[in-house]
Formats: sequence, C-alpha cells, structure tokens
Amino acid sequence: MLTRLLLSDRGGLIILALLTALIIYVPIGNLLLPADSPLHVSTFTVTLLGKFLCFALLALAIDLIWGYAGILSLGHGAFFGLGGYVMGMYLTRQIGDRGVYGHPELPDFMVFMNYDSLPWYWQGFDQFWFALLMVMLVPGLLALVFGWMAFRSRVSGVYFAIITQALVFALMLAFFRNEMGFGGNNGLTDFKDILGFDITARQTRVTLFVISGVCLIGAYLMCRFIITSRFGRVLVAIRDAESRTRFAGYQVESYKLWLFVFSAMLAGIAGALYVPQVGIINPGEFSPIASIEAVLWVAVGGRGSLFGAIIGAFSVNGAKTWFTTVYPEVWLFALGTLFVLVTLFLPRGIAGIFRTLGQWTSRKPKGDEQ
Amino acid sequence: MPESHGRVAACPGPELPLSMGLSVMMKRLLESLSAWVMLGAFIVPGVLWAESSVEEEPSDMALPLVDIQDMSAEIEPPAPDPEAVFAEQVDRLATGNLRERREMAEALVEGGHPRAGMILNALLEGRLLTTWSTPETPALIILQRGEDAPGRVEQAVTGEVLADGVPSGARAVPINNPMRNLLRDLAAMADMNHALPQRRILASERLMRGSLGPEQMALIESRLLVEEHPRVIDALEITQAVGLLRHEDAQVRLESLERLRGSLLAVVRSTVGAVAEQDPDPIVRQHAVETLEAIQTRIAFYRFTENLFFGLSLGSVLLLAALGLAITFGVMGVINMAHGELIMIGAYTTWFLQTLMPGNLTTALLLAIPAAFLISGLVGVAMERGIIQFLYGRPLETLLATFGLSLILQQAVRSLFSPLNQAVASPEWISGSLAVNPVLSLTWNRIYILIFALLVFLALLLILKRTTLGLKVRAVSQNRAMARSLGVRASWVDAMTFGLGAGIAGVAGVALAQLTNVGPNMGQSYIVDSFMVVVFGGVGNIWGTFVGALGLGVMTKFMEPFAGAVLAKIFVLIFIILFIQYRPRGLFPQKGRSAEA
Repeated sequence: MLTRLLLSDRGGLIILALLTALIIYVPIGNLLLPADSPLHVSTFTVTLLGKFLCFALLALAIDLIWGYAGILSLGHGAFFGLGGYVMGMYLTRQIGDRGVYGHPELPDFMVFMNYDSLPWYWQGFDQFWFALLMVMLVPGLLALVFGWMAFRSRVSGVYFAIITQALVFALMLAFFRNEMGFGGNNGLTDFKDILGFDITARQTRVTLFVISGVCLIGAYLMCRFIITSRFGRVLVAIRDAESRTRFAGYQVESYKLWLFVFSAMLAGIAGALYVPQVGIINPGEFSPIASIEAVLWVAVGGRGSLFGAIIGAFSVNGAKTWFTTVYPEVWLFALGTLFVLVTLFLPRGIAGIFRTLGQWTSRKPKGDEQ
Repeated sequence: MPESHGRVAACPGPELPLSMGLSVMMKRLLESLSAWVMLGAFIVPGVLWAESSVEEEPSDMALPLVDIQDMSAEIEPPAPDPEAVFAEQVDRLATGNLRERREMAEALVEGGHPRAGMILNALLEGRLLTTWSTPETPALIILQRGEDAPGRVEQAVTGEVLADGVPSGARAVPINNPMRNLLRDLAAMADMNHALPQRRILASERLMRGSLGPEQMALIESRLLVEEHPRVIDALEITQAVGLLRHEDAQVRLESLERLRGSLLAVVRSTVGAVAEQDPDPIVRQHAVETLEAIQTRIAFYRFTENLFFGLSLGSVLLLAALGLAITFGVMGVINMAHGELIMIGAYTTWFLQTLMPGNLTTALLLAIPAAFLISGLVGVAMERGIIQFLYGRPLETLLATFGLSLILQQAVRSLFSPLNQAVASPEWISGSLAVNPVLSLTWNRIYILIFALLVFLALLLILKRTTLGLKVRAVSQNRAMARSLGVRASWVDAMTFGLGAGIAGVAGVALAQLTNVGPNMGQSYIVDSFMVVVFGGVGNIWGTFVGALGLGVMTKFMEPFAGAVLAKIFVLIFIILFIQYRPRGLFPQKGRSAEA
C-alpha cells in the first residue's frame, strides 16, 4: 500500500524525506549539541518550526478540500481555533491551584468573573484522553452539521466560501464575549504543564515538535491515501464537473461531507498541537483574515498538490517571520505583492514550478474551476 | 475652573463692596458671623479644595475694575432705578449670608429682570463666582455662561464679557441643600418670562420636578394668560395638570389625568404612577392606571420607531458599504476583497480635503463626494486593468489577488499618512439631533446618511437602467459573447463597471467617515458585512442588496435590546448561514441562463 501512496509522488517523497530529516535533526541539534556549536538549534527555533508544522497541517487540511473537491473554506480557522481551545481547556485545567487566585478548580478568569463552579462544558477536560477525543470531535461535529446543511442545499463555490466566513466571524464574536466562559478577549493562557511535563521545558518543546512532525507526516499519508483511492478520484470528478458526477449516480453531497469533516478534524488537531507550543489561544485565531491567510499558504504552495500546501505554509510563514523582524513595514507590501503575483503568474503555486520542471512529459491534469 | 458642586467654596467675609452703606455693613458683619457658624462644617474642606484647583490657573490676571463708578453713584439717593436695584440684589445674592441670599433670590424673581433667571441658574449650577473683596477693589461677581454660550465669562450684572476669563481667586458662590431646592423653583420661575420659547418650556418642566406649591401654580396660571406660543402653552398645561393631581377635588384630579395622557415626560409617568397607587379615591386610581397604560403604549410605539430608525440607519450604512460590492461581485462576479480598502480611500479623501480647507467643512464634504468617486474609481479601473482582467472566470483566484491588493493598500495608507486613526470633523448641520419628543430623538448624521444612501442607490439604479453604460453592463454580465458580437467592447465595459463599483465604495467612505473612525483598518470592518448583505440579497440584483441591507440592519437593531450588540450580530450571522441553506441564491436569485454562469 505504501508503494501506491508514494509512487508517482516525487515531490511528496522529497518533502517527506525533508520532514523526516528535520524531525530527527532538530532534537539532536537542540538537546545534544552544545549551545555554541554552529549546528545547534535554539529552543526558539524549535518552537517556531513547531508552529510552522502546525500551520502546514492546517494548510494540508485546506488543500485537501479545496484542491481535490473544489470546496473553498474561508473559515478553516474555526476548526483550527476550536481544536486549540479544546487543548487550551485541558491545559487550563492542568494549572490547578497554581493560578494567580490559587483556586483549586476554577481558572483565574472564572474566579475573576465570580463563577461558583465549573460550567458543564468544562467538565471532563482534566482528562487528557477526553481532551484528545474532543480535539477531533468538536471540530468534526461542527463540520458535520455545517457541511450537512450546506452541501444538502447545494451551497457551493463563492456562496460556500462566504458562509464559512460568516461561521468563523460568528465564532470570533462569540469567543470574544466574556459570558461564554472561555476567557473572552484574553483567551486561555499561562499554561503550566502537559501530562505532568513542564510546558516551557526544552524537552517538552522538542517532544511537541516531534509529535507535530509525526502528525503532519501521518496526515500527509492519510490524505495521499484518500486522493489515490477510488474515493479520491470521485472527488476530483466532483471538483471538475459536479453535475455530471451527480448524474453519473454518485452521491456528491456525502462525498463532500465526509471529506469536509475529515479536513476539519485535521485542522482541529493542528490547532491542538499549536496551542501548547505557543502557550496561548485567544479569539484572534477565529478572525476571518487569519483563515484567508491560511488559504493563501495553499495558493502560494500550489493548490491541488498536497506537498505544495506544506511548502506554502513553510515559505509564507518563514518569509513572514523574516520580514516582520527585519522590515516590519515592508511585510504587508511583500505579502500582498506575493499573492498578486502568484495568482497571476503561478496559478499552480510553487509546486507548479516543480511539476513543470520535473514532469514535463506527463499530461497536466486539467484544472477546471468552479 | 473652580466648579463648586454647591459646596461652600467662597468665604462670605467681612470685607464689603463700597456700594454698601455703613449700616448695611454692620448688619452684615453680624450676619456673616452667623453664616460662618452655620457653614463651618463645609467651609474648610470646600475652601481647600477650591484653592487647590484654582492654583493651576495663570495667576497674573489683573482684576478688571468694573462698575465702581456706577455703584458708588447709587450710594446717595436710593433711586428706584430697576437696574440699580437689580445690581444690588445680585451683589447681595453673591456676597450675603445664607438667609439674605434666599431673600435676594426671591426678590430677583419678583423683580423680573431679564438676567435674573440666568443668574439664579448659574448660582444653582455653581457657575456664579465671586472674588475676594478689599476696600480698594469690591468683590467682582462673575457669571460663567452654561451650555447656551460655553466658555463665555461675563460680569454678572451687566453681561459685559471678561476677555481674560475667570480671574484668579474667584470662587463659586456657595449654596446648601435647602437653598438649592428653593433655587430650583426660583430659577424656573424666573425663566418663565424668558424670551426664548424653549427656555420657557424647560422652565415649565423644571417646575414640574419642583415643589409645585401654590406660588408656582399661580405663576403658571398667570403665564398661561399671556402665553402665545402653542408648545409653551402645552407644556404649561401639563405642568399645571401635574400640580392639580394634588387638588382635593377628585373631579379636578380626574380631569388633569385626562390631560396627562398625551405626555411622555418621565416626571409625568412617575407622578401618575404615584397617583395610581396612593390616591384616596378608587376611581381616580383606576383612571391613573389607565392613563399610565396609555402613556406606556405610546412610549412603546416610540421605542419601536426608534429601533426602526436605528435599524434603517444601520441598514443604510450596510447598503452604502455593500452597493459597490453588489456591482463588482454581483454583476461582474469578482470577489473583491479590496472593497473595504476602496471605502477607506474614500474616507481618506474626505479627511484630506478637510485638512486642505480646514475653515470650510461643508464645502470640503461636498467636494469629497465627487473626489472620492473619482479617486476610488480610478484605483478600481487600475485594479481591473492591471490584475483582475486576467482572472475572469476564476472567482477564487480573484479573491486571493484582491486580498493581496487590500494588504498593499492598507500598508500604503499606513506608510503614507499614519497607522493611527484620523479625526474627521463634521459640519455643524450634521451634528446634533432632532428631538421629536422626550423619548424619541434622532441624530442628524444618521438621518443624512440614510437619505444619502437612498440617493446613491437611486443614482446607481438610474445608471444601470437608463444609461447606455448600464445597458452594456447588463448585456455583458448576461451574455458576454453575444454582447461582444453585437459590438460592445466587453473589456472596456468591464473596466468601467469595476470603476463604477469602486467609485461607489469611495462615496460610501465619505459618508462613513462621518460616523466612524477613519484609519487604515477601517475597510476590514465592512468587508464581511458587505459580503453577507450581497449574498443575502442575491448576487446580481441590486434591489436584493437594498432589501438585504435594510432588512439585516433592522433585524440587528430589533434584536439588540434583549440580546446585546454582539449576540445580535452572531444571531444575524447564523441566520444568514441558515438562510443560505434555504435559498442558496439569496433573496432575489437571478433566473434564466445567465444565473448558471
């Protein structure tokens, strides 16, 4: 099976190899090499790369539905953020009585807002397995309900993009409210430890990094499995000619729905991995602009090629980090220009360059937009 | 400014103006001693507080020597000159002891001098100030004008303007609580003869909140005999009716209840409420309950009107923001994420014109409308020619490219001007509000924007339906190939259409600059809403946008009172999500072949 996944995916192979190398090298570079060695990887870099891995996972989730089923979601930040909040709730419960107010059970912001006891929806989050389950269930359920309604009514294309934007915007407004019981504006932060390990310790950071990397590789293989299967071929048919596929007897809605749910779960996992590494989750993750940015990673990397999404997430975020530290004013100019140029001249993104370079003999799949 | 909150801030010291006779002086000495005892508790903290706040002012102002000649002239014969009497009354009101002050306040009202009401009001609000007096310089009594002429400082008796403002060392004339109650009635009674009808209405309403004793009732009655202004008569009659609610004759009480039915004032409501509970006569109680219900119904009606107005106002903002998008997105199918930035450009045009001609806000605003249309429109045409024309038929790619453009435009504004918000001033005729009645007042800027939005909508409708350009726009959007084969330059029409949409966004920016902050991020706050409106109304139909914008605006405002602003917005978003399931193509979907494109 692995051969089927990896054959005829030269770009993917290279990316996977690079990722594996990164996962092996970074722990060694950080933990074993002395700090003055030129090959040493600082803890800051570990966290930064860990963040990029989470973004890459999110980009992968978006590319799966946008690139292969033509579903553009401008609200994938919703699932990312929900996964993050679930993890944040677990981490908040782990603080225990070490908060500023020292309450044995309630988080600081609840003490501050005069809660008597934990709200019902906070129950169970002190258990790691429960949180882990919820990381996938909460975004998955939201995607199931939302997608079921949307696909059943044949909301597609631009309309779908805009109602997903409405979804993420509504979530942002909701989480900004203090009454929601998720810390309002400040979100959840000041985490202490995860599964008993100190969250700021180097070893924990490196472990989280490795877990993110492994998850990304696993998710990549799963996505690859989906798109190379029969299911995947139906998806591409739906993307290119939805009505024709429907007339051929396929239940277009359920194909789209299950793919959407799967993609939402991936985004949720990405969020859950992201939060312990950055140490905070707040409603800003739900801002519509953040979701659009995530779509842009995919566009830059190459829509419709899974490894392209990973390249896109790494290159855009890398450029962002570099620009915002070196030339903060130029960053938005650069980012804006990048998007304009990529859409005008590189409709298949960075991956498209590799593809034209590497596979000029093979026939290009004909991309027909909605 | 030393603003005493009625606490004792000045000291009624033994030093007296020269205008006073010796006997008065002796009498005063004794009385002021008693005043010292009475006020001892207040004075010390009051003086300390007043001094500390006075010290911050420039202290080198010369005390203007006012009216020494005038006043000394009066010493010899106590002439019955009303001005002189008034001057002395004011002087004693400001520098005398408490009892004397009360007498003087009453005397002032009786005298009926045109400035009497103003002075009593100032005393009540701590705006009547005095300076220390010495034998050389008599105490100066100063009046700081209130809301009618803010910042104006004048000589209390003559109204002569003191150019230097409040002299250093001036303290508010002290009053205590019993005095304040008395003053409230007196000030209202004095204002009863004010030249401005609004002031007379206000005075009548203030009397209503006061004691409404026989004296006040008599005054109202006498004023009613000479009053000619219909609204003042109305106000006086209502005040009289409130007073008559205490009449011993139940019939009179019933009649006055009947007269109060039409009033929306809070005082009337509470008084009628009290009657409904406490009146000895059960019939009167019954009537009071009915009257209260009638009043509540009317209030509910006006609340409804108010909600409707604010809803339509929000709707007009949404309409302005979304109309441009209805063209670019609706007619052309271009998802223009830089639409908000085109609005921002319009708003900055307004700001820029205002800074060019700071003295002339109205001209700047009127000029800004065509200027913003042209500038935003040109930016739009440039966008279309430079980028969007290569991306037709690929709406999702357009989305990304225009999003990139929006980032560039935002950053450009930030680098060119400032990352901070800019203050856009409103001309006077736009600020303020129109008070329809005590429970309903509408702000002028919202009224104007509502009208403006409707005008823009009508103009757009005319352009699309009645001009050649509109004909071509519709032709190209319905069937591009056919239009081209009939000789329409489709690419030129595209550019013009996009320019039109962008220009309208710019015009929207001019209007929105009157309502909200103008800053580099302002566009982002409109983009999501605008898309919601266009999608809700139905893509490709600007009537849909019209109905969608006003509908969503009204819906939001009607939810706000019980859900709160944020929840209302969340509900509206959820409503749109659900609505799209039910009607995936919006309220007014396009029909026919062009809809499938």
